Amino acid sequence: MIAQDSKTLLEVRGLCATVNAIEILKGIDLTVKSGEVHALMGPNGSGKSTFAKVLAGHAAYEITGGTVMFEGKNLFELAPEERARAGVFLAFQYPIEIPGVANSQFLRLTYNTVQAQRGKDELDPLEFDDFVREKMKLLEMNPDFLDRSVNEGFSGGEKKRNEILQMALLEPRLAILDETDSGLDIDALRVVANGVNQLATKDNAIMLVTHYQRLLNYIVPDFVHVMDAGRIIKTGGKELALELETRGYDWVGAEHEASARVTA
Amino acid sequence: MSAVLQNLVNQPYKHGFVTDIESDVAPKGLSEDTIRMISAKKNEPMWLLEFRLKSYQAWLKMEEPTWPNVHYPKIDFQAISYYAAPKQKPKLNSMDEVDPELLRTFEKLGVPLHERMALAGVAVDVIFDSVSVATTYKHKLAEVGVIFCSMSEAVLEHPELVKKYLGTVVPTGDNYYAALNSAVFTDGSFCFIPKGVKCPMDLSTYFRINTEESGQFERTLIVAEEGASVSYLEGCTAPKFDTNQLHAAVVELVALDHADIKYSTVQNWYAGDENGKGGIYNFVTKRGLARGVNSRISWTQVETGSAITWKYPSVVLLGDNSVGEFYSVAVTNNYQQADTGTKMIHIGKNTRSTIVSKGISAGRSNNSYRGLVRIAPTAVGARNYSQCDSMLIGDQSGANTFPYIQVRNNSAKVEHEASTSKIGEDQLFYFAQRGIGAEAAVSMIINGFCKHVFQQLPMEFAVEATKLLGFKLEGSVG
Repeated sequence: MIAQDSKTLLEVRGLCATVNAIEILKGIDLTVKSGEVHALMGPNGSGKSTFAKVLAGHAAYEITGGTVMFEGKNLFELAPEERARAGVFLAFQYPIEIPGVANSQFLRLTYNTVQAQRGKDELDPLEFDDFVREKMKLLEMNPDFLDRSVNEGFSGGEKKRNEILQMALLEPRLAILDETDSGLDIDALRVVANGVNQLATKDNAIMLVTHYQRLLNYIVPDFVHVMDAGRIIKTGGKELALELETRGYDWVGAEHEASARVTA
Repeated sequence: MSAVLQNLVNQPYKHGFVTDIESDVAPKGLSEDTIRMISAKKNEPMWLLEFRLKSYQAWLKMEEPTWPNVHYPKIDFQAISYYAAPKQKPKLNSMDEVDPELLRTFEKLGVPLHERMALAGVAVDVIFDSVSVATTYKHKLAEVGVIFCSMSEAVLEHPELVKKYLGTVVPTGDNYYAALNSAVFTDGSFCFIPKGVKCPMDLSTYFRINTEESGQFERTLIVAEEGASVSYLEGCTAPKFDTNQLHAAVVELVALDHADIKYSTVQNWYAGDENGKGGIYNFVTKRGLARGVNSRISWTQVETGSAITWKYPSVVLLGDNSVGEFYSVAVTNNYQQADTGTKMIHIGKNTRSTIVSKGISAGRSNNSYRGLVRIAPTAVGARNYSQCDSMLIGDQSGANTFPYIQVRNNSAKVEHEASTSKIGEDQLFYFAQRGIGAEAAVSMIINGFCKHVFQQLPMEFAVEATKLLGFKLEGSVG
């Protein structure tokens, strides 16, 4: 869905970050434009999830270098809730349980908070109920989800659907899906992917963080990036994902090292 | 835990002002003479003075309890003044005669005393230091036979009722603080709901401690005769002082056959400052006697204040099929300590009790639930369900649960569930990632945690309690 006049949403330059004084991100460069779907792949521990959390503003990570601009603004000047209101959405790999807080109540608060920020009308509980039920159909979710506590006792698949439901409600500019495919059976994967595809427009962008090619059969990326040891070491089109599926990650690392030696 | 959480809990106490009013304060110290002086000031009958002196003798022989999970320097009972009252005309004929300074004080506290401004549908008795200064809607209640007045007035005007019930639920020698209260109690509320009457409005007492070195020892007695029902609310605040004030109350409830008493408290005594200096020592004995068949006594409490809380609102289920309930939210912050819970004593057949306790600890506070469920050999078919949940905010607070279960009848069924949760950074990050700031997030989590208790509160109180918790926990997250 890339349009000619697409705008730059996210511009990451030389991003470095540490957790507990250990360097995880070692200079990431990435540009994401509206209408694009990016897949961020790479082995365990390569820094994919850290990158996602750093963009969302998790306090455990310290930014030690580089810049991130989101729609022309310095992302690091915004608190996590301000980033969310500005349109940065993270679908969590492990959505946390919030006992005692009804999902309907939580969803309405988040929806109204973001609506208010955009100068749009907030919905009262009855209006919201109609609205959210409509959105739930997209993800083939049972309406009982509204009465349960947020993520409490949800199966892995239910949690992921609930994440994408929130994406549908908040209509973010940039949606980062952190291993949304993990823990999903094939049917659930299809439903979730279908939901995401319907939410993709020419004005927003999606970044899929994943280990596996299988998600990319359903959500087709425009760009595939391979991360290793805190850097993006290769970028290609959707065919790169297929190549990774058959050949694994090692060859990318070897190729990268070889080219690094040549340049040196 | 980060600063946001801490700041959320550390909101200033808004009821901490002192009323500048001329008071009649007794010299410090406790002796038989002090007790005779209190009794004489209130023109009490001889039997009541004897009740006091007997309690005093019992108290002298008792030891201060050390089993609660709270720590404080030894209290010097000779350094406390046992009587403090604003100087005013001895007998008030209408609200217009109440000292305007007092009226202003209670208005500031959100308890207007003029009936035209008063909370619709709630009759209020207000206790300032040691005395009751006003009771609203008294006459309207009298029309249906409900007696609602200060304890001092009840002693003089309804001595037969007071004598019949006083000390029947909490005997004079019941425990250290109850014995002390029985010796020196100054005022409190008296409610009597006659046979078959559903009290037409909620009854309420508002307690205010104003004098720095006085203790407050109030005594409340509520009696619901056969088939009667009443909902009673209690609120309390105190000024901020660097010293600790002692509040040792006794509340007795008596429910006869088919009677129903619902007692709700929102306790917001001054809790001391962020370093633990000052605050109220709240050592209270509250007990209900479900004496009649099918009677029901329900306690709901929201405890947010006090430096130390030591309190176990209990129900003795004597009548067959009687019901006891205890719903509690206890919030502690900074250096507050709370050891609170309930006792459900099942004696009658098919008696049922429910305990729902929610403890929230922030700062360096310590919050303990202590509860006893006792099923006597006579309590055939008794049932109890207890649920005790603790929530920790930050990583320097503590929560404990001490359940005591004694079952002496095979047919009884007793269930106990407990859980501990924590408002952690990851939960707050999840909210933040959805655009919701820390304060709104904590408020939502806490309200969700407490909702089963808040649902039990009368409407105005539920709103007040939600706001109070918001205040109390603002700044505790982060």
